[in-house]
Amino acid sequence: MIAALPARSDFSAIAGWIKPGAHVLDLGCGDGSLLRFLKETRGATGYGVDIADDNVLACVKNRINVIQSDLEAGLSGFDSGSFDCVVLSQTLQAMKHTERLLKEILRVGREGIVSFPNFAYWRTRLQLMAGHMPVSKELPYQWYDTPNIHLFTLADFEKFCRGHGVRILERVVLAGGRPVTTWPNMLGALAVYRLDRAGGAVPVSA
Amino acid sequence: MNAAAPNIADSVGVVVPIDVHFDVPLRLKSGAVMPQYDLRYETYGTLNEQRSNAVLVCHALNASHHVAGWYANDPRDVGWWDNLIGPGKPVDTNRFFVIGVNNLGGCHGSTGPASINPATGRPWGADFPVVTVEDWVEAQARLATHLGIERFAAVIGGSLGAMQALQWTMSHPDRVGLALVSAAAPKLSAQNIAFNEVARQAITTDPDFHGGNYYAHGVVPRRGLRLARMLGHITYLSDDAMAEKFGRELRGGEIKFGFDVEFEIESYLRYQGDKFSTYFDANTYLRITKALDYFDPALEHGGNLSAAVKGAKARYLVVSFTSDWRFSPARSREIVKALLDNRLDVTYAEIDAPHGHDAFLMDDPRYHSLIRATMESLPL
Repeated sequence: MIAALPARSDFSAIAGWIKPGAHVLDLGCGDGSLLRFLKETRGATGYGVDIADDNVLACVKNRINVIQSDLEAGLSGFDSGSFDCVVLSQTLQAMKHTERLLKEILRVGREGIVSFPNFAYWRTRLQLMAGHMPVSKELPYQWYDTPNIHLFTLADFEKFCRGHGVRILERVVLAGGRPVTTWPNMLGALAVYRLDRAGGAVPVSA
Repeated sequence: MNAAAPNIADSVGVVVPIDVHFDVPLRLKSGAVMPQYDLRYETYGTLNEQRSNAVLVCHALNASHHVAGWYANDPRDVGWWDNLIGPGKPVDTNRFFVIGVNNLGGCHGSTGPASINPATGRPWGADFPVVTVEDWVEAQARLATHLGIERFAAVIGGSLGAMQALQWTMSHPDRVGLALVSAAAPKLSAQNIAFNEVARQAITTDPDFHGGNYYAHGVVPRRGLRLARMLGHITYLSDDAMAEKFGRELRGGEIKFGFDVEFEIESYLRYQGDKFSTYFDANTYLRITKALDYFDPALEHGGNLSAAVKGAKARYLVVSFTSDWRFSPARSREIVKALLDNRLDVTYAEIDAPHGHDAFLMDDPRYHSLIRATMESLPL
């Protein structure tokens, strides 16, 4: 079977870090296309989580298991260490309880993968210098209708991780779908991180 | 019961119930034995050659085998889940062979307390054993075998019906493809049991109850049944739905400082109670509420529902409704948690519907779209 083409540029990077047959929780899973991609390319199992009725229906049509739930309320429905990997793809910037969610991701998952648009991307900086809130492929909203309430940069995120006991295992920075290696905080539009807890995983509850 | 005139275009149309007799004794969970019994059922659609397209519909407290279509002699008696099941409907009878069955102990044609006990030649009455969800599933499994169905594509139900669907996946993991578990709970809360107990007390303290042997006296504990039904109805509706539907509307337009029907809600409850007491058997009501109270699959596993579900192989669609305070979404999430712990295929939807517990019977488009998409995804 030919795998579906990754719908978003971070999908390939994420799939590259998912071990074959891994049990994955995809938070803010939308129509389930990432999980479907991981199922087809990595033989992954798992569940999506989304709050929107239409996304839940789209997942069912995509043959993806989905749990309708509000991420802002935490992940109390999931046991500690019950997933090999918990993915949060381009959703962190839209969350109100950022700190709590990151903590929950690394409680429920042995590893976490988090991707987000880099607000320090040079095109973003230019738009701000021209006096306007940035609108781009990664941030496709106007200031008045954006769900993105916590915009941040690579530097911000890495500082956050250092201060919150989160260990960065790997990082991929992308622009136009291609990897960026020099000046990532300036030239990268999208960042993808593989994380775990610096002090090791929380013990799996009995 | 839906009193609206039948919509012919997408209905299964006229249906005929069928009775089947079983004379292999059925040992019940209580230890009692049913030496022989009848089950009444209906079917819609056609069983395919591979016998792989069968769907079992499990009923809740007051419903029956009459799930879809209507009767030739009573076109207004439309099946209780007719909005879901029919040609082109979410459970499409052009694709699926759907079975509705009246549970053992019921009062719609299957052997129950009002049936004649062959040992005495008189109605079973108080002697009819207490039946459980597990017992119903065993009787349903025998019906499936009788119909040549080794495995159901789906077992579906809401409320107590959902408990049976869940139980199916534990009792017969190889015989269920999908379980639709709608508006369910993994066990009743103390509050749920309390409501059931008040309903039972209303019946058993009715002077016409005669210890359950009222048939011999030619009476029915109608007052008790009526109260039981009125109480039940309060728990099926949400506060908002009741306010929306009845508010504080007065029948006569003004307060009369008396105890006759004044508020519309009183009129509604009395009507529902009266209607129910004319057709439902009080002994059946007692037993079904007991089956609800006793349902607790985790009990034999030290209260661990995840352990109880271990061994299940089905896919699940678990649906709850935000305004359902009888079996709230939190109760469904307990079920989902147990399924997740076993890494089973489960989709969980929490529908923001205002109707309370009864929402599982409504044709909310989000709810029906989910069921439709899930049913369409089933391989036959």
